[in-house]
Amino acid sequence: MTSLRSITLATLTKDIRLEWRSRDAINAMLFFSLLVVVIFSFSFDPTAQESREIAGGLIWVAFLFAAVVALNQTWARELRNHVLDAYRVSPAPPNALFLAKVFGNFILVSILEAVMAPLFVVFYNLRSLGPAWQLALVAILGTWALVVNGTFFAAISLRTRSREMMLPLLLFPISIPAVQSMVEATRIILSGDGSPRFWIVLLLTYDVVFTTACLGLFETILQAE
Amino acid sequence: MKKLFPILAALTALLLAYAFYQAMWVAPTERTMGDVQRIFYYHVPSAWTAFCLFFTNLIASIIYLIRKNPKADALAVASAEVGVVFCTIVLVTGPIWARPVWGIWWTWDVRLTTTLVLWLIYVSYLVLRRFSDSAQTPVLAAVLAIFGALDVPLVYFSIWFFRTQHPQPVMGNGGSLDPRMLHVLLINWLAFSCFGAIVCWWRYALEREMREVEELEALESLHGVSR
Repeated sequence: MTSLRSITLATLTKDIRLEWRSRDAINAMLFFSLLVVVIFSFSFDPTAQESREIAGGLIWVAFLFAAVVALNQTWARELRNHVLDAYRVSPAPPNALFLAKVFGNFILVSILEAVMAPLFVVFYNLRSLGPAWQLALVAILGTWALVVNGTFFAAISLRTRSREMMLPLLLFPISIPAVQSMVEATRIILSGDGSPRFWIVLLLTYDVVFTTACLGLFETILQAE
Repeated sequence: MKKLFPILAALTALLLAYAFYQAMWVAPTERTMGDVQRIFYYHVPSAWTAFCLFFTNLIASIIYLIRKNPKADALAVASAEVGVVFCTIVLVTGPIWARPVWGIWWTWDVRLTTTLVLWLIYVSYLVLRRFSDSAQTPVLAAVLAIFGALDVPLVYFSIWFFRTQHPQPVMGNGGSLDPRMLHVLLINWLAFSCFGAIVCWWRYALEREMREVEELEALESLHGVSR
């Protein structure tokens, strides 16, 4: 257990340090989602009364697309100099590597959300009519849902041709219930009609089910020969 | 087994022809929907066949992950491909029927949406198999199949809840199916199940032979190098 924790922490700090020094992924993500926000504002009139109804969808679609940018380069770093092969032959638990990557991506996407959410509020004149703290809960659960499966599928698409293209093709169909839950919960909280409880519970179920599945099957993916 | 195949194929063809005759001429015309209702005899059996094939794919994938048996992987490929074809038939015949009956091509109803998502998942499964030609493909694909199976109940619940909030046109046949129609449906059901099974078997045998040829070619080129 200690080795799992220490290896997870070591890999995570290494990744964060590398990202901090280069800031490649975070800059690309921020700019990308800024572009998405602006393009959405031209496509859907943000001043309209209905904007509150569709804002939840716009926010999460923007984050989903931006997250793919980060997820795609998760494992690319480990391919150089055959780090992944070295990891494979080392006695370190595979799940430590996986968890470190998930936490790393989670931090990245959370930063992105923290920066972009105010922009959405400004551009779409949003004001939450429901309890706003629930939005934080939805954001945490939703981000985890995207990131845990995204990291896993990035590891799968690593083994294919044109891997950058492959990730969204694998991730999006599986993410449909998660995205729907996030969008619906956000819409309900923003418009203040009804309780988002069902969607939050569904999102939590999604997180639990797929985190378990990822942890159970990651070793198979890493060792696949 | 190979000798049995033409006989079974001929029997399936006969059964399909008989089922077609039953569906087109013997089954009574529905009172309100008219002849368009006859699509029902193809739509429902295709859906059943597609779901059976996807289920076969899941079982084969799990067996492959445990046993690493190449036969299980060949079965997984065959069932996924044929399943996607049948699922496509379901998704095409559905709107053709829905347009005159409901007045709309599509509605985000539980069954429709779940079928669509299932189709999307299995298309992504086939895309993965297509884009990855290494020896790891079977493992990756089997893992994806398990993820897809975990996803389907969640999709179902999410749409089910969504729909209870937003009433939608309900599906027809509230349990009161004419016995003659049921009879025709069952014949078509049987015919389509046989059809699906035989096509899947065919594809499975083809996949096995393709792999055998690949292996032989690899061995031959190896011998060529050593000589």
